[in-house]
Amino acid sequence: MKPCFAPGDPVRVRFAEPPGHCRTPYYLRGKRGVIERLIGTYPNPEQLAYHRIGVPYQPLYQVTFGFDAVWGRTEHNVTISAAIYQHWLEQSE
Amino acid sequence: MAHEHHHDHDPHAPVNEAHGMRPDSVLLERALRELLIEKNVFTASEIQRQIELTESRNPELGARVVARAWVDPRYKARLLEDAKAAIESLLGIDLNLTPDLIVVENTPQLHHVICCTLCSCYPRAVLGIPPAWYKSPEYRSRLVIEPRAVLAEFGTALADDVEVRVVDSTADTRYMVLPRRPRHTERMSEAELVALVTRDSMIGVTLVPEPQP
Repeated sequence: MKPCFAPGDPVRVRFAEPPGHCRTPYYLRGKRGVIERLIGTYPNPEQLAYHRIGVPYQPLYQVTFGFDAVWGRTEHNVTISAAIYQHWLEQSE
Repeated sequence: MAHEHHHDHDPHAPVNEAHGMRPDSVLLERALRELLIEKNVFTASEIQRQIELTESRNPELGARVVARAWVDPRYKARLLEDAKAAIESLLGIDLNLTPDLIVVENTPQLHHVICCTLCSCYPRAVLGIPPAWYKSPEYRSRLVIEPRAVLAEFGTALADDVEVRVVDSTADTRYMVLPRRPRHTERMSEAELVALVTRDSMIGVTLVPEPQP
């Protein structure tokens, strides 16, 4: 897969509950953040977990979330940063 | 199993007799290991070599990286750009088979602290085996919910104008914090700086202490 997000792009983590292994923490699903940078492109861990080769490889981004966007309450000057695969991200306004 | 259950602190106890491990997980590990050896997936000596390699990794490696980055701005720039390559060249170790590594820099405006909410991902290549608290459900959940309170419990009070950034190691990369160089260290040698850097400061739960006068 080609990277389709750039640093500064607002994104939303998809809310989904696929069966099996995945590396998208529940507390970030459906939450809005901003692309910090592209980390690289990696085999899809959701397939690697079941002995598949993980194609198509997925771009992996460092995404920063405001604390209130994640928890709906304010904690002074706190952000959360996580690595999220592209197939879990969609454009946000 | 009962007759093999050690309650004393025997430093020569086999690695699978670790304290705090549930007997069923000890049994599961042994059964799996013996099966893998029997099926020629790997040999007992390969397992032993891997254990030795794992145990050879400890926070002093990370401390040497931090001290070099403090004294050499060009090295620091390389470290932040491509951590694996910068660490391999400084320490002469091979990180080919370890997960990718990102070093995040703490500054007067931005304080990073790392965790893994999904499991216990940790920069083992440079910090060794993670402390038990790092793997605890309490740390893993509370750090993303109330990071300033957790930091305060580690004795780390940060000013309101310092952004706290919790880095959750969710995927294919591990993170190590490049902590701030403390005051009153201008005249210290690189070796003295190495001794000052603590494991916890490279996780980001503490600051590097100022040297004792």
